[in-house]
Amino acid sequence: MGHPRQKVGEVLLEVSGVSLSFGGVKALHQVSFQARERELCAIIGPNGAGKSSLLNIVNGVYQPSAGTISFAGVQRKSMSPREAALGGIARTFQNIALFKGMSVLDNIMTGRDAKMHSSLLAQALYWGPAQREEMEHRCHVEKLIDFLQIEHVRKTPVGRLPYGLQKRVELARALAAEPRLLLLDEPMAGMNVEEKQDMCRFILDVNDEFGTTILLIEHDMAVVMDLADRVVVLDYGRKIADGTPEEVRRNPEVIAAYLGVPTEADREAVAEGAG
Amino acid sequence: MLYREAGQFKTSYRADQRIFPILQDRVVVGALLLVAFVAVPLWGSEYLVSALLIPWLILSLATLGLNILTGYAGQFSLGTAGFMAVGAFAAYGFQLRTPAVPLLLAFVLSGVCAAGVGAVFGLPSLRIKGMYLAVATLASQFFIEWLLTRVGWFTNYSSSGVINAQPMVIAGLAINTPPRRYLLVLAVVATLALAAKNLVRGRAGRAWMAVRDMDVAAEVIGIPMLRTKLSAFAVSSFYCGVAGALWVFAHVGSVDPQAFDLTRSLQVLTMVIIGGLGSVLGSFLGAGFIVLLPLFLPSVLSAVFGTALRPGLLPNIESFIFGALIIFFLIVEPQGLARLWQVTKEKLRLWPFPH
Repeated sequence: MGHPRQKVGEVLLEVSGVSLSFGGVKALHQVSFQARERELCAIIGPNGAGKSSLLNIVNGVYQPSAGTISFAGVQRKSMSPREAALGGIARTFQNIALFKGMSVLDNIMTGRDAKMHSSLLAQALYWGPAQREEMEHRCHVEKLIDFLQIEHVRKTPVGRLPYGLQKRVELARALAAEPRLLLLDEPMAGMNVEEKQDMCRFILDVNDEFGTTILLIEHDMAVVMDLADRVVVLDYGRKIADGTPEEVRRNPEVIAAYLGVPTEADREAVAEGAG
Repeated sequence: MLYREAGQFKTSYRADQRIFPILQDRVVVGALLLVAFVAVPLWGSEYLVSALLIPWLILSLATLGLNILTGYAGQFSLGTAGFMAVGAFAAYGFQLRTPAVPLLLAFVLSGVCAAGVGAVFGLPSLRIKGMYLAVATLASQFFIEWLLTRVGWFTNYSSSGVINAQPMVIAGLAINTPPRRYLLVLAVVATLALAAKNLVRGRAGRAWMAVRDMDVAAEVIGIPMLRTKLSAFAVSSFYCGVAGALWVFAHVGSVDPQAFDLTRSLQVLTMVIIGGLGSVLGSFLGAGFIVLLPLFLPSVLSAVFGTALRPGLLPNIESFIFGALIIFFLIVEPQGLARLWQVTKEKLRLWPFPH
C-alpha cells in the first residue's frame, strides 16, 4: 500500500518460550516472537492454532504455564488484565464484547475509565472537578468518534447497531485508552468487502496517526499480506514461521499447514488425472 | 409534536450531558417540583401526605438503592430490608447516644453504617453471580434481623424489641406535623435522587453498567472489579439505610426488627422490576405502582360492585386484581414502567402526525 516502512522502533513486546495447556491439551508450545514499536504484526494460522490464546496471554486473561512476556522493558510471568490495561495494552474481541445496554458514547467513555480519578462523592455532586474531568474526556472521545466516523450513532444503544458498526465501536473503545499496544482479534470476521476495506483503512490510520503497535489476528490472507509489516504463523500451538509477508508466503511449512502436505495417494490421483 | 426537539441546539458537551436535555422535560419537572414543594404542603390533605406520599417517597428511595445495585451494576440482592434496618437502628442509636449530632447528619451517618455493612455483605459478589448471589445476600437479611433482635444494645434493651423514634428537630424547628415531615422526606429524597442520577450518568455508572453487561471486557479495559462491585453495594446500601431511617423517623415512628423482614426486601425488588431495571425514574414509578395501587383499588371496586358482594370477599378480589395487574404489566413491558414512558415519549415526538 505504499507506506513508508522505516517507522519501526525498539522492541515493545517480547514473548519468549510461552507455553499454555488446558488440562491435557497443549494450546501453545514454546512460542517466542517480538513486536516492535509502531509495527503492525499479524498472527495467522489455521483454526485452533492458538492465536487467540496467545493474545489472551499477552493481556493477562490467561497465565502461561511456562515462559515470560516482557512489555515496554518490564519482564513478567503473569499479570492481571487490569495491570495490562493500565500498562497500555488494549484489545478487541473475536466475538464483539461491547456493553449492550449502553450507548456508543458511554461504551467509548468506559475505555477512558482508567484515566479518570474523581471520587464517588465528587461525581455524585457533579460539580467542579468531576464535571470538568467528564468534559475533558468527552472531548477526547469525540475526536475518536470523528476519526472512526460514527458521529451519527453516538447516542444509540450499541445493541441496535449493525455488526460492522459494532466492530468499529469496539475499536474506538480500545483506542480510547490511548494504548501503546493494540490487540485486534479478527477485527474483520464476518464483514462484507466494503466493511473490510473500511476497517483496513482505520487500522492503517490508527497505526500511522497514533503510532500504535498493533498485533492482529486475521484469517483473510489478502488483508494480512497487505496490512502487516510482519507475519507470525502458528500451527498446533507452535510457531512455524515469522517474517515479512513475502518470506512467509514462500515458506514451505506454511504452505503445508494451510494446504496440507500431499500424500502418496494424492500424487497418484494427480498422475491419473493428468494421464 | 409535544416532544419536538427541533430547534433545540446544543453548543457545548455540558449542555449535551444535562440530565434533561429537552426543554419540555425541564418545564414538566420544574412544574412537578413546584407542586411537590409548595402546593402539596399548603393544600394537601393529611391522608394524602401521611398515608400516600411519605411512604411512597421513602420506598422510592429504597427502590432507587436496590436499582443502583441490581439495575445498574447487575448484582442481585435480597438483603434490601436488612440494610434498611441497619439505617433505622443506626439513626435511632445516634439520636439516643450522641444527641449532639444534628438529625440530618445522623441520617447521613446511619446511611454510612448501612453502606459499610452492605460492602461487607457484597464481598461474595466477587466470586458468585446471579441467583447464587441472591441466595448469599439472603444471609445478610436473616443475620441482620437476628442480630438486631438478639443484641439488646441496638434497641436500648427495650423488652419488646420495639424502638420509638425520638422527636425530630432540625435547627430548633420541630418536625412534628405531616407537612413538615413530608417536606423533610421530599428534600432528602430529591437530593439523593439527583445524586444518584449524577452517579449513573458519570464514570461510576458506566463502570457499574460495564460490569453488568460484560464483566470480562470490563476487566480487560481496566475497570477494577473489586472496587466497582463493592462501591455498588455500598452506595446501594447507603440509600437503603437512609430510607430505613426515614421510615422510622418520618413515617411509622416505632418499629421492631421484624418490620424489615424478607417480605419488605421482596416488595422492594418487585418495585424495581415493575418500575424498570436501570432507571432512576423507574424506581419512583415502580414504588408508586406498588404503594398507591392497593390504596386506590378498594374505592374503585366498591364503586363498581357497590354492595353486591359480601364484605369479606373484597380484600381477596383486591389481591387477585393486584397480582393480575403485575403480570399484565410485566408481559406488556418486561423492561418496566420506565420503558413504557420512554416509548410514549418517542411516540409523542410525532403525535398527532403520522410521520
